[in-house]
Amino acid sequence: MKRLADLPLDLQRLSAPLPVWHGVVDRGGWNALAHHAHTHGRLVALWGKHRSVAGAPSACLAVGTPQGLVWAELPLEDPQVTYPDLTSHFASAARMQRAMADLSGLHADTAPDPRPWLDHGLWGDGAPPLVPGAAAPAVPPGTLPADYPFVRVEGDGVHEIAVGPVHAGIIEPGHFRFSVVGEKVLRLEQHLGYKHKGIERRFTELPPLQAHRLAGRVSGDSTVAYAWAYCMALESACDAQVPDRAEWLRALMLERERVANHLGDLGALGNDAALTFGLAQFSRLREDWQRLSGEVFGHRFMMDAVVPGGVAGDLSMPERDALRHQCDAVERDVMRLRQIFDEHAGLQDRFMTTGRVTPELAAQLGLTGMAGRASGQAHDLRCDHGWQPYRRLRTTIATQTAGDVAARVAVRFDEMFESLRLIRELCSGMPAGAVACPIAMPAGEASGIGWVEGWRGEVLVALHLGDNGRVARCHCHDPSWQNWPVLEHAVIGNIVPDFPLINKSFNLSYAGHDL
Amino acid sequence: MWQILRQITRTGIATEAPPRPDDAVLAEARNIQDELLAILGQALTIREVDAGSCNGCELEIHALNNPYYNIEGLGIKFVASPRHADMLLVTGPVSRHMAEALRRTYEATPEPRLVVAVGDCGCDGGIFGESYASCGRVANVIPVDVTVPGCPPPPIAILRGILQAVKRQPAVARGQRR
Repeated sequence: MKRLADLPLDLQRLSAPLPVWHGVVDRGGWNALAHHAHTHGRLVALWGKHRSVAGAPSACLAVGTPQGLVWAELPLEDPQVTYPDLTSHFASAARMQRAMADLSGLHADTAPDPRPWLDHGLWGDGAPPLVPGAAAPAVPPGTLPADYPFVRVEGDGVHEIAVGPVHAGIIEPGHFRFSVVGEKVLRLEQHLGYKHKGIERRFTELPPLQAHRLAGRVSGDSTVAYAWAYCMALESACDAQVPDRAEWLRALMLERERVANHLGDLGALGNDAALTFGLAQFSRLREDWQRLSGEVFGHRFMMDAVVPGGVAGDLSMPERDALRHQCDAVERDVMRLRQIFDEHAGLQDRFMTTGRVTPELAAQLGLTGMAGRASGQAHDLRCDHGWQPYRRLRTTIATQTAGDVAARVAVRFDEMFESLRLIRELCSGMPAGAVACPIAMPAGEASGIGWVEGWRGEVLVALHLGDNGRVARCHCHDPSWQNWPVLEHAVIGNIVPDFPLINKSFNLSYAGHDL
Repeated sequence: MWQILRQITRTGIATEAPPRPDDAVLAEARNIQDELLAILGQALTIREVDAGSCNGCELEIHALNNPYYNIEGLGIKFVASPRHADMLLVTGPVSRHMAEALRRTYEATPEPRLVVAVGDCGCDGGIFGESYASCGRVANVIPVDVTVPGCPPPPIAILRGILQAVKRQPAVARGQRR
């Protein structure tokens, strides 16, 4: 296998808990890295960056390889200059490139799909919003969102079902356009971006030491993952050494977040297959779980508990015992519930072979995270690059190959049991010491990256600090970017009433994607 | 089935007593459930609209349906269409992309209708504020009756806000609304 060192790239290893390399590349280097990642890795994120009002922009690419993350920057002489298209190597690059055009005004040299993605035509005709000094919006009041040209499916008996942006349940907004024959789905096309509220520009208006609060609100169900990733990026840029105890407490919270989400999803999946008993049981366990998080960490979702330099509060011995005992209690109940789920013929009939993504298709489309592991994509940062304390705890990866709803349910159960084990180990082996260190802001410009395995998949935060001590650019990437397009494939050939079940089995983020 | 029944009996009834609403608001109320029925004649139906939140408020609204809060036991139900709803429960700073959808949802809700804005973002724009992409608080887009601060507000605070809004309902029915 070709190694990173064999590529014609000048890469520097950043100070970070995980192996992260950064380098400025030319077009040849950009293409070589993309080609390398196509065969030996995966696309993680793609974004545009303007260093300053006057400075030239650059296109940024982050790829995951067996040796770690590579963050490459391709300087562009001016915004009219294009960067090499990546969709021939990575299917998931298509929407990221469209978003980069909408937000930063940078375009790929060939654009297979020129439609706007996040921009619904309501931001005014000024410069793209992430260009420094971009003008205020100038759309007159009463302007309606632009029409989106969906792909039409034609044929005998084909009709369309339009859903959203306001959905029937208590769900985030987005639009789904189904083309169906009878009850069978021929094609699903998504239109997202409804929740875009300008988070990345908002970052540049906040002091770096307070912006972790904004990161923790990119996607409420992943607040620990995002806050940790932001803090990791800031600490990397500032070259801060976070105390061991703080890292253990962060891991403890990340695992508690994983368990909370898996508990919620398992109940909801039972409910979507008409087993309301499952919802009642799992939502009761989830409530117990959140209440203890509230008591111990001061917030039911642990928002603002991860702070730059460490964590906001320490853990007392009685609190540690309470966390451990809760793991035992939840494990006992979940084992019983898993048996009930496994033996319930009606439930399994709905779960099995529904919304199937084969490992081949998953690899081709770049399915990632928890859903990827249910389709044989064995990546988990906690195992692949085991940063502390995960390296010491030797996390076991959970994978399935069936790629259907049942597989995504099974991965959730397996990951939950592993997280419960990790939480107990984190509680018992926690090192003594401080829970935070002071952060000294660098004198000049600095960059850092945070890369964390959230419950949904790998979350990435790339931070660039300007020489004025402000955030010049902060890009947040959610694994939902990779997985939303795969959901369009997963529903093909399924019946319309199974869509809610399939959608829930992925449980992708709208907020984390739209930003 | 045997295992399911066993787990149900083992769990018992988890539902807790509903919260005591703020004294100033419900000093005269004796029984929330009776009052709800008296005011509405039947039950309260809610259409939840996420107008741009981080999804945190939605998770807490979901929690209202868990056995501890058992909101359906109080006669309150989440419905799939605004046309079936007495109340809109709106979260988020309203993104520019959702403003029109929120307006249309409001228009589709039959009068007398109530609007409760949930969460710091719904109350004042929260950490996202107003920008090229965010209209800020819900009241910037549609009229709001009650706000529930918190990031996100815990389920019990959301429930209290819903009951507060319901208390205003008789005035609405008599046409005294602004």
